[in-house]
Amino acid sequence: MKFGIVIFPGTWSDRDCYHAITEVLHQPAGFVWHQDTDLSGYGCIVLPGGFSYGDYLRPGAIARFSPVMSAVERFAAEGGLVLGICNGFQILCEAGMLPGVLMPNSHLEYRCQWTHIRVESNRTPFTNRCEPDQVLEVPISHYEGNYYTDDETLSDLEAGGRVAFRYSNHEGEVTPEANPNGTLHNIAGIMSREGNVLGMMPHPERACEALLGSADGLPIFKSLMASGAKLLHSSARA
Amino acid sequence: MPVDKTVLDEIALSEAEYRLIVERLGREPNGLELGLFGALWSEHCGYKHSKLLLRTMPGRGRGVLIGPGEENAGAVDIGGGWAAVMKVESHNHPSAVEPFEGAATGVGGIVRDIFAMGARPIALMNSLRFGPLSERRNRYLFHGVVRGIASYGNCMGIPDVGGEIYFALCYSGNPLVNALCLGIVPRERLVRGKAGGEEDLLLLVGADTGRDGLHGASGLASRTFEDERELRSAVQVGNPFMEKLLMEACLELAEKGLVSGIQDLGAAGLTSASVEAADRGGGGMDLDVSPIPRREQGMTPYELMLSETQERMLLILPRANLDPVQALLRRWGLTSALIGKVTGGREALVRQGSEVIARLPVAALTQPPVYHYKVRKPAYLNRLQAFDLASLPDIPTKEVGAWLLKLLAAPDIASKETVYRQYDHQVGNGTVFPPGGDAALLRVPCTLSSGSGQSRRGLALSTDGNGRLTYLDPFAGGAMAVAEAARNVVCTGARPLAVTNCLNFGNPERPEVFYQLKEAVRGMAAACRKLRLSIISGNVSLYNESQGQAIYPTPVVGMLGVIPDLKHRCPSGFRGGGDTVLLLGTWGGEHRSLAGSLYLEMAHGRVAGRPCIDLDMEARLQRLCLSAIRRGLVRSAHDCSDGGLLVALAEACIMGGMGFRGERWQLGSRLDAALFGEAPSRIVVSASPRDVPALEALVGRHRVPIARLGVTGGQRCSLANLADLSLDEITQAWRGGLAGAGG
Repeated sequence: MKFGIVIFPGTWSDRDCYHAITEVLHQPAGFVWHQDTDLSGYGCIVLPGGFSYGDYLRPGAIARFSPVMSAVERFAAEGGLVLGICNGFQILCEAGMLPGVLMPNSHLEYRCQWTHIRVESNRTPFTNRCEPDQVLEVPISHYEGNYYTDDETLSDLEAGGRVAFRYSNHEGEVTPEANPNGTLHNIAGIMSREGNVLGMMPHPERACEALLGSADGLPIFKSLMASGAKLLHSSARA
Repeated sequence: MPVDKTVLDEIALSEAEYRLIVERLGREPNGLELGLFGALWSEHCGYKHSKLLLRTMPGRGRGVLIGPGEENAGAVDIGGGWAAVMKVESHNHPSAVEPFEGAATGVGGIVRDIFAMGARPIALMNSLRFGPLSERRNRYLFHGVVRGIASYGNCMGIPDVGGEIYFALCYSGNPLVNALCLGIVPRERLVRGKAGGEEDLLLLVGADTGRDGLHGASGLASRTFEDERELRSAVQVGNPFMEKLLMEACLELAEKGLVSGIQDLGAAGLTSASVEAADRGGGGMDLDVSPIPRREQGMTPYELMLSETQERMLLILPRANLDPVQALLRRWGLTSALIGKVTGGREALVRQGSEVIARLPVAALTQPPVYHYKVRKPAYLNRLQAFDLASLPDIPTKEVGAWLLKLLAAPDIASKETVYRQYDHQVGNGTVFPPGGDAALLRVPCTLSSGSGQSRRGLALSTDGNGRLTYLDPFAGGAMAVAEAARNVVCTGARPLAVTNCLNFGNPERPEVFYQLKEAVRGMAAACRKLRLSIISGNVSLYNESQGQAIYPTPVVGMLGVIPDLKHRCPSGFRGGGDTVLLLGTWGGEHRSLAGSLYLEMAHGRVAGRPCIDLDMEARLQRLCLSAIRRGLVRSAHDCSDGGLLVALAEACIMGGMGFRGERWQLGSRLDAALFGEAPSRIVVSASPRDVPALEALVGRHRVPIARLGVTGGQRCSLANLADLSLDEITQAWRGGLAGAGG
């Protein structure tokens, strides 16, 4: 499956994602410029981290209006896989493809640090190569990662099993101490109702090599590869 | 003389300099012309006080591709077809006035210097000095500077991999904010900041020009803050997103070979950028201010030429490339304006439309008078150096543990994690050793779009500089800054290769300050020669004083090292139980090694003694350590410096999450000097017991003393009969020290 990595002018995780996908996982990948609207040939679209258009207003508030985002919405509506990492998660929320908002961290500081996240279900296109309740060591790097939404949406997300990852301690216990930014219910990542769009604040692409501290991000990309293969298979049958 | 002295004061020119200008021109300069001279003859651009000194430093050693002063930054060959481009620069004065923007634009400026050469920035570092955090103003400066650095670097997507932070009373009101940037580029794609062929076009790209930062070079950076004038307008406001666009566009232009030169607009704005580019190219320029995009109406040519609005670059390109260059810039959402061309003569011509408003010989502008100031050894030196350290009482044995905890929690030594976690230190997927160890270690090339595949090559980066030691002995302090930075790099397993430096000193017109500057430079040069290092770039920040008090003379050294294969990397912390811990180097148990130590200041309230360094021993020690690491004989290596031996041991325990059991040590005449003295040229290493005989044999060949300190293991840091502390205790003291002090 080919990954399409979107580049907004202020994106900076594009090269890191490209490196993880092509150099570490040996999968095909291409870059998609924010003005482009043609996503044909891609099985998964990655919205990487960065500061899309400077994000002086709200992260992603301008990016949602860029031409590529309407194409990404169509892509998702047709069942394509979309992975939003960090700024990508913020953009997906601004674009209404995921519910809720990402507020400034409760301590009002940028945070770049290792976190542990617990896999809430391994029956999703993004986690099917993870063990049940597996704890992944993956870093965060953001100022606005404090997920917030209204009570109704929150119970909807929880009831629908759409919380993909929660910040936890090393043992997988979801504690206030393990929450790095004040996010509701220790939420680190959520999925769309249909389950093919994931937004997450931690950076799995930074955790693909032991040399850099952790290879726990690999199962997420490997899950996507497996899901992509299945999608191809089912569309071929159809 | 037709010019008022207040006008000259405004641009920091002396009357003698004015007379020299008239003599060179054969006429009176007009107002704009005088402004151009003021900017280019400022210390910040012209180095008129420091040039003669800087020339004494070794800058053209093995592997150097671009030496100091030749370009925006220096460049050195790192093997595999790649060049590293590196420079450190100060933004002290702007940060004292407006810490957030001052520090942010300091990062912005140094990053432009690097990508102007076609190199992708892969790491930032900062060397910071503040007054004590017990004072509110210092806390404001500290937090503002850290937030400013974070905001700019994080938005750019360049990992900030640490640096150093120290606190002392002399930096109150005059913090030091030195920013270092390292970039890499395939050797053959290095871009020069010089005007190319005749008729090449000058294209101004980036932010619209405003009135911000007028007189930054001549006003802010070239005088002291004795008066309380409103200086905020001389500080620029940063726009890191704009800079990200500029960076990506410039790198793409360089990669495609569409430009003949790139020059950043920094101090003295368009004036310095255009004249320097013309000068390097050996030609002249013909520049029109009327097409310059501006933020407000009514800006004068003087303001347009001297504005220090950030995030602007000057591109020099063949006329035939104009269309593709502008198309590429548009794709990145950047506006550009054609403002002139390169000419054959050696003349700088500034026009407003068809009207010529300045006409000056380039050479007159770029060759300011060079001063060699009066030098006088400061009176305090003999007094403090002669202070009899033996007269102070030695530390009682029962207080050793408590003092170790106190030193670990001292803001100078305590963990800076609360700072580094605000910096994105991982972006780029290259950070192998994050901030906090002896030196940062980066994999290169990491994820360049040129797709050169996986690499095992690494670069180590460290900054060092100890103001207290330099105050007590400027020569030794300068030498020790170079030695320690190199030692830190060696501890990671990398071979030190090249140096960049920032000289932060007081008012050089004071003979005592000039003595400090001269001696520190002499010390740095001596250490570089002995360790076979080239200084490839640097920056000078003078006039660092407030209320008539000079800061500690503070040379800051940035050291770059190369490790051909990352499998030879060596961490600072202990790695496992049962390893033998050894000290490479001397014990330093004599009273003189207390000189300038933090313990001496904290325990006895004294900044005194005479620090010294044996550069031959230092060179042997570094060769030994590197050789031992390459042969796989040591498992960890940690430099022993701030706080002395016990602090180094405790840090190795904390970083490795591993306890230590000391043996009975054969100490020198003084306990405090042996445990907390800061004698240089010492490294704490751990080795597997089976490798110790081979290590001892290697040590003998390098003629370096070695001593067995103890064994790793357990959850306590116990030092025979001296102290017994739990790993938790020392970790908490070290982790919480900065916050406890108000950080």
